[in-house]
Amino acid sequence: MNMAEAQWQGVTPEHVSGASSKLIVESVSKWFRTPRATVHALDSISIQVAAGEVVCLVGPSGCGKSTLLDIIAGLTKPDSGRVLADGQLVTGPGRQRLVVFQEPSLFPWLDVFGNVMFGLKLCPELTNDERREVAHRFLGLVGLDKFERVHVHELSGGMKQRVALARALAADPQVLLMDEPFGALDAMTREHLYDDVQRIWRDSGKTIVFVTHNMREAVCLGDRVLLMSRAPGKIIQAFDIPLPRPRSIYDVELVGHAARVADALRGTVGGGVPE
Amino acid sequence: MKRIVVASLFFMALLGIWSIASGSGRWSPVLFPSPWSVAKYLQGALLDGTLVEAIFVTMKRLLVGYAIGLLIGLPLGLLTSSSQMLEDTIGALALGLQTLPSVCWVPLALLWFGQTEGAMLFVVVMGTVWSVIIATDHGACTIPPIYARAARTMGSQGLHLWTRVMLPASLPFLVSGMKQGWAFAWRSLMAAEIYVTILTGFGLGQLLHYGRELQAMDQVIGAMAMIVLIGSLADRILFSPWERFLHRRWGTNAE
Ligand SMILES: Nc1ncnc2c1ncn2[C@@H]1O[C@H](COP(=O)(O)OP(=O)(O)OP(=O)(O)O)[C@@H](O)[C@H]1O
Ligand SMILES: [Mg+2]
Repeated sequence: MNMAEAQWQGVTPEHVSGASSKLIVESVSKWFRTPRATVHALDSISIQVAAGEVVCLVGPSGCGKSTLLDIIAGLTKPDSGRVLADGQLVTGPGRQRLVVFQEPSLFPWLDVFGNVMFGLKLCPELTNDERREVAHRFLGLVGLDKFERVHVHELSGGMKQRVALARALAADPQVLLMDEPFGALDAMTREHLYDDVQRIWRDSGKTIVFVTHNMREAVCLGDRVLLMSRAPGKIIQAFDIPLPRPRSIYDVELVGHAARVADALRGTVGGGVPE
Repeated sequence: MKRIVVASLFFMALLGIWSIASGSGRWSPVLFPSPWSVAKYLQGALLDGTLVEAIFVTMKRLLVGYAIGLLIGLPLGLLTSSSQMLEDTIGALALGLQTLPSVCWVPLALLWFGQTEGAMLFVVVMGTVWSVIIATDHGACTIPPIYARAARTMGSQGLHLWTRVMLPASLPFLVSGMKQGWAFAWRSLMAAEIYVTILTGFGLGQLLHYGRELQAMDQVIGAMAMIVLIGSLADRILFSPWERFLHRRWGTNAE
């Protein structure tokens, strides 16, 4: 990490250019119709994410964060509104927008290495040797190089999440959609991964939409933090986090920002929408 | 090791009680032969070739009927799981016909096909296909949708999605569907062989049937023992390796 330190000075790396929006979510609404009730999950959500930007979504449980990521990924169709990626209408899932799901999503019929290779095998530009090399590298990055031949059910919950993260990162998507990826991890591993995510983001210029319940995590990783209201989900407040990187979650200024977001969130959960 | 000892002691005790009971002279040895006379019958049948021939004929019928049952049942089960309309029609039909014990197909088969191999095959297929449809359908409905979702975001679609994700994801229920189908095929074939007394092939069920005709109790019991033996051996050889594989990979308790 030391060698990179010198380049970490600027608040905004140059690949974040305001002109090019990598992702545009245009007044997206979503209802879920079940035999018993109709749930209004998302209400006219509009977001613009610049290329290379990290946007964190926070909000109370059930406010539609996962649903929004599904729609951006192209796995779910919005009932109204639309999503553009690189100016192209999103009509289905694609390799350029990878999701790290909230629930375990590893394939039990493959071992750890096989799971990471699954996404890589769908990258036609790589040779087989390159694929293996990349898979080893990313499993090393999440600290699981000793577990490559282990079956999925033999991993702990946090290890599974780390494999899922390695699987997504290895396939090198332009956009990463991460749904509480660190929820099941211990604090130590998590802090390691904060550094890693910041480093990967800086090195590769990935665009990241990151869902979390953890205010400090949101403020540590995000260039912006968007606060959603409880169902029907709406973006009710946006916070710019103009802190230099790399950030540490123990930074005093960062904790101050986290407290601001937490206060606002408490307002929504309390019932009223804060100003 | 201890389990093997306990099991063998149990079966030895069972044989002991049987031979004492038959040797006590309270029951006619014609109706209640000793284990030794059954063993002698089996030895004789083995040496003169009738037993081997019967096993061969039975297994041939079983495999053909089972294969046809799977070929029809697995795709139909997948189809019913993917369409509500097929579920309401073919699925409902399968659910109803599955409750029919396979021996109930015999009168119909005899009237349609006469005393032929075709009648026997028909009974086996009818006995197998409905339960395979239901097991496959049920299993396919329970594949967690997250697998396909994750694969699709990684760019998997069409044939790749089916062969690399849906097929392996469905292995556990395919195996249980096939296993259920096997059990039903075996039972149906025995029913068919006992009732369809043709001369084109002399199977284990027919051995049992003619044992009754000839009042040869040692033959009846010997044939029954062979049917039990083959049934459980087939289960071990055909399905246990799969179940062990699934157990290792999925961490489920398949045993
Ligand atoms: N497939 C579905 N069918 C019906 N309702 C759904 C479905 N998926 C989500 N919902 C509803 O939509 C709302 C938003 O769900 P979503 O999973 O997006 O919440 P979330 O913000 O991710 O919550 P959490 O933080 O607990 O993960 C919830 O009220 C949920 O009940
Ligand atoms: Mg969620």
